[in-house]
Amino acid sequence: MPFSNEEIQSYLVETFGIETFLSISKPFGMLTVEVAPKDLIALVGSLKNHPQFQFTFMTDLCGMHLPEQVGRELGVVYMLHSWSSNTKIRIKTFAPILAPVIPTLTVHYQAANWMERETYDFYGIIFEGHPNLVRILNLDEMDYFPMRKEYPLEDQTRKDKVDEMFGR
Amino acid sequence: MVETNALAPPGIEGQGFFATALDKVVGMARKNSLWPLPFATSCCGIEFMATMGSHYDLARFGSERPSFSPRQADLLMVMGTIAKKMAPVLKQTYEQMSEPRWVIAVGACASSGGIFDTYSVLQGIDRIIPVDVYVPGCPPRPEQILEGLMKIQELAENESVRRRDSEEYRLLLESYNIG
Repeated sequence: MPFSNEEIQSYLVETFGIETFLSISKPFGMLTVEVAPKDLIALVGSLKNHPQFQFTFMTDLCGMHLPEQVGRELGVVYMLHSWSSNTKIRIKTFAPILAPVIPTLTVHYQAANWMERETYDFYGIIFEGHPNLVRILNLDEMDYFPMRKEYPLEDQTRKDKVDEMFGR
Repeated sequence: MVETNALAPPGIEGQGFFATALDKVVGMARKNSLWPLPFATSCCGIEFMATMGSHYDLARFGSERPSFSPRQADLLMVMGTIAKKMAPVLKQTYEQMSEPRWVIAVGACASSGGIFDTYSVLQGIDRIIPVDVYVPGCPPRPEQILEGLMKIQELAENESVRRRDSEEYRLLLESYNIG
């Protein structure tokens, strides 16, 4: 039986205090909480080690770049899953693009290792305490973070996509 | 197609001897014994598997033995998207082939990057190695790959044995920064 959002929410608010949560919402019925990077490790650890909830599995972790949120442009979304009760929870955290430092979750989940490397590779988010934070997919000598929105998706060296080639 | 009863190249024939130009004999031999190295990275590679199979039968053209070592290959067949991270591997493969060597770019991705106009994909393998024949298509049908191979055969047959020593060829390789 999955735990209800209210059960988890009241546990979190009781344990950490309402001021820890920058926002709590339930898009598509899934509990989503946003916390500051400094509270992340304690929050996830408490959910993982909770005797009933047992959020022992990290389904996914990914980066976001939202340039319109000035001062908190880069973010990470974590999806946790509890196998014993089939409950899910989503946790978000944001950091400024000038100092995108977020603590590593490899202390709780081994799965975070490669996923954090990938997020670093594409968004340049520094996961503090990560055992091996180097690029995982892109060229080692790449000097930028390609999923940040200031960089165009297209290859800039291509010459055949000028308008005259298409009769425009 | 391997014609076992193909006409001999023009020459002088007599009792027990036949004389012709060395270029012609070498060209004929090279043409009918191209050993391809399939460098298949995506869906064009699947089409090539059909091309190699019994129905389309690449072996009819003298390419009986696909070579999986570049050192014994004459023809590099690049089939599929080449990511920028893959580019040094492809270039090294080309550099390991001995002369004479030909390159065929099969499909839109190998020829121009295709639909993958993105920061991580090489926009055509001719950015890093010289290409002899381009086969269009996304992916091309086996017939088109065979036609590409036959174009390579034409090049191999008519190529001067001295071409690879020429200044022009040296400058071509130099422009690609290949020793």
